[in-house]
Amino acid sequence: MTARIGVVTFPGSLDDRDTQRAIRLAGAEPVALWHKDKDLKQVDAVVLPGGFSYGDYLRAGAISRFSPVMETVIEQARAGLPVLGICNGFQLLTEAHLLPGAMLGNDHLHFICRDQKLRVENAETAWTGDYTAGQEIHIPLKNMDGRYVADEYTLDELEAEGRVVFRYLVRGEAAEGYGNPNGSLRDIAGITNEAGNVVGLMPHPEHAVEPLIGTGRTDGLPFFTSILKKLVTA
Amino acid sequence: MARVVVDVMLKPEILDPQGQAVQRALPRLGFEGISDVRQGKRFELEVDGPVDEAALARIHDLAESFLANTVIEDFTVRVESDDVVAGAAK
Repeated sequence: MTARIGVVTFPGSLDDRDTQRAIRLAGAEPVALWHKDKDLKQVDAVVLPGGFSYGDYLRAGAISRFSPVMETVIEQARAGLPVLGICNGFQLLTEAHLLPGAMLGNDHLHFICRDQKLRVENAETAWTGDYTAGQEIHIPLKNMDGRYVADEYTLDELEAEGRVVFRYLVRGEAAEGYGNPNGSLRDIAGITNEAGNVVGLMPHPEHAVEPLIGTGRTDGLPFFTSILKKLVTA
Repeated sequence: MARVVVDVMLKPEILDPQGQAVQRALPRLGFEGISDVRQGKRFELEVDGPVDEAALARIHDLAESFLANTVIEDFTVRVESDDVVAGAAK
């Protein structure tokens, strides 16, 4: 039996289907979860997908954070359930305080959509085991509120504990996907919690799992093979 | 019915690009002498029944857990007096 990975659909989610597809390509079984339903259908892990849940009203993720499904996700994530938040999912995880810091509007005030170069800083989380630390990857990024902020103390703590999981690669041509795309502090693109089971990032690995779409590479696929490997060997 | 106003502002150390964009537009519009602009949110809550201490405490909790994200924002809660409400309606 393979692992069952839940993907939550909120009103305004966009990337739930792509995420399910990526999970299937990795060899796991995607399970659709509904925002109004507290039941996680006994999945082994959960992905909170990208999109604009509740239209980003109030703050991105601020309203969906209080949806029934999140009650269970928050409770089980604290008990060790692997949770990945992509884009809007990352915003949700900070609003739910499962991850420290907060997401704000891009510093240039524009929506950004491009292929982005990242460096994997931590290959030991539940979702990054199939990468190697220091590996450079190229995956799509598309957001309005992608600026990661936290106070200096929190940023220092994240760095000291190796909890910065991805960083934007800034040295190189913007046209080739280099540069900090949103003003995130310390070029942070993704982080993890202390236990390493909860990971959030702004760029979209689920759009880079097949040669035909996204960046034409499969740099995002290891997210989904990592969690599968973690779950079946656990 | 009483009105309670919750003002939410980004903390001083958080960059506010929207406020900066507004500030930069001011000289072009002939407004000189404004060195900084910060943009926030104002929530007007129409409260049924008396706004007593218990009601204000509940609104404070609401502001702290939902209307503001205290990681990045500060907030204030105040009861708007009848005069101000009347003035605003004119």
